[in-house]
Amino acid sequence: MSESFKALFKGRLNTAITVSLLIFFAWLANELLPWGLFNAVFAVDLNACREARGEGACWGVVGEKWKLIIFGRYPFEEAWRPVVASILMVGSCIAISQRQLWRPSTFMIAGLVLTGSVALMVGGFAGLSYVPTERLGGLALTLLLAILGNILSLPLAVLLALGRTSDLPFIRTVCTSFIEIIRGVPLITVLFMASFMFPLFMPSGTNPDVLLRVAAGIIIFSAAYQAEVIRGGINSVPKGQIEAAQALGMGYWLIQTRIVLPQAFRVVVPPLVNSFIAIFKDTSLVTIVSMYELFGSLRLALGDPEWRAFYIEGFIFVALIYWVFCSAMSRYARGLERDFAAARR
Amino acid sequence: MLNQPKFRAMVWQALLFAVLAVGLWILVGNLNANLAQRGIDFGYDFLLGPAGFDIAERAIAYESDSSYLRAFVVGFLNTLRVAVIGIVVASLLGLMVAVGSLSPNPLLVWLCRQFVEFIRNVPLLLQLIFWYLTLAVILPDTETPAELLPHVFLSKNGLQFPWFLAGEFPSLEYPVMGTFGLVGGAALSPEFIALLLGLSIYTSAFIAEIIRAGILAVPKGQTEAASALGLTRWQQLKLVVLPQAFRVIIPPTTNQYLNLTKNSSLAIAIGYPDLVSIATTTLNQSGRAVEAISIIMAVYLSLSLLTSFLMNRFEQATRLKER
Repeated sequence: MSESFKALFKGRLNTAITVSLLIFFAWLANELLPWGLFNAVFAVDLNACREARGEGACWGVVGEKWKLIIFGRYPFEEAWRPVVASILMVGSCIAISQRQLWRPSTFMIAGLVLTGSVALMVGGFAGLSYVPTERLGGLALTLLLAILGNILSLPLAVLLALGRTSDLPFIRTVCTSFIEIIRGVPLITVLFMASFMFPLFMPSGTNPDVLLRVAAGIIIFSAAYQAEVIRGGINSVPKGQIEAAQALGMGYWLIQTRIVLPQAFRVVVPPLVNSFIAIFKDTSLVTIVSMYELFGSLRLALGDPEWRAFYIEGFIFVALIYWVFCSAMSRYARGLERDFAAARR
Repeated sequence: MLNQPKFRAMVWQALLFAVLAVGLWILVGNLNANLAQRGIDFGYDFLLGPAGFDIAERAIAYESDSSYLRAFVVGFLNTLRVAVIGIVVASLLGLMVAVGSLSPNPLLVWLCRQFVEFIRNVPLLLQLIFWYLTLAVILPDTETPAELLPHVFLSKNGLQFPWFLAGEFPSLEYPVMGTFGLVGGAALSPEFIALLLGLSIYTSAFIAEIIRAGILAVPKGQTEAASALGLTRWQQLKLVVLPQAFRVIIPPTTNQYLNLTKNSSLAIAIGYPDLVSIATTTLNQSGRAVEAISIIMAVYLSLSLLTSFLMNRFEQATRLKER
């Protein structure tokens, strides 16, 4: 305590910085606390909100609109289904993140649970009413797209990474150009491709489901980025190991699946979590092709002219949700990195 | 023969080639059938036809009866403009935050770390739209603009400032008050300012992390040696640490510059007419989905390839020359 206290006032410049920062914080607290807390309206009361405008926040907008923000256009009577599905999805992610559970059976079970949670939300069986996929929305859709876009993309990413590091020139060229093309363009173009171009390339008359198309776009996009991460892991495996395996008479696939990939995966888990975070944030772009995930639902909610003026409160609410998920993941990635670095020593 | 590595390599590649060829053939067949059904001919000749829509911000002359091609060029120049200015602002801000988070003052370190953590963990689209809506509220009305500097005004029209008047004798044209606000001079629209703010703040958080990691990667002995030689803290940073850190910093930073350029495509959400937004308008108006999207992809790809080419040259030039 006294050490860090000394550090605050050591030297003239340092003291000046400390003092001006303290003044800044005091000013900020003086501005924000009355606005966010003391003068704020917590009740769902439009008139009180209008009166407090400029002096106090209107947290009532969250009270009024939370159903729409969290569930999007999903029928609210059936809200328990996305709730259960979200708990299942987050639960399987937490399970996968536990290192003592890193075995094939865990991944199989998690895959089944994820499939189950999609089925639960769409329904149409066992007495569950059918909800068309374009009605899926809110936090559950954000989670679903992020998880699909990161799990289903992994097999493709591994194949692309193996292809790019392969000795066969044609396969290497195809994989390299695919990766570079996708990484070279913004996600929006990939989403536009999925929603405008994809139908043109399908047999006429068929109209693939919009959720499926968007998910396919995100999967392809994240596969290209993951492939580069995995390639880094593959390259980090010493060449001597591959030569030793070849000397033992092992074939290409045996070497890759038994020697290279298991060692590569250890290195790539932290950066893969980081690409998960990126995709989690990027799912917000699907609102541009009119799917209402968490942020899209917020804008849907703020479409109400009466409450539109209180957009800042709504934005803070949604930003906090994103921040909680993303910073939990980045903390996890940093923890893994530290442990792996310690293990290598 | 089946166990000969060379033969198997051939088989695998032939297999991939066959799959790709058949897949492509089917897709193109579907495309032709679909386009024929909609009565559209595939081709880029529509680019020379009149666009028929207006663009609010343009660096070159453009009327609504100008060609689609010209509209795309206007969009591309708008993308370049926000990207170039954004890169400069993001780098400066990122450098400041990085230096702050390495300072000996724990309060400043805490503030910088919180900034980076928050900005990186909230989607860019949310931040952009937040800036856009907020500017619409806090900017002064067009009738009562705020004069920031002499002849430089900020209002709901954006930032208006004097600009060169084309003519035989180049002269400055000043914004002056008209009936509905200021006219004359040049202006940066609120959409542009919102996009610039959002992009550069978001990217600066990533750049700050890269610079911080780069500076920390310089061995401590180097600073200690420099300080033993009597260099001041600033001299140590400028003469010893930064030149070494730059080699680590530049490649990932270039990547962030590319990301910023690609992210500028989110302009479409706040109505800034960048390349993607022009292409989408074209797509909706003419139904030329494949052509419009292929143009965006081609432009962004060339930018990426150009950058990686320059990057490789740079890396070769700055590689440690070992004797």
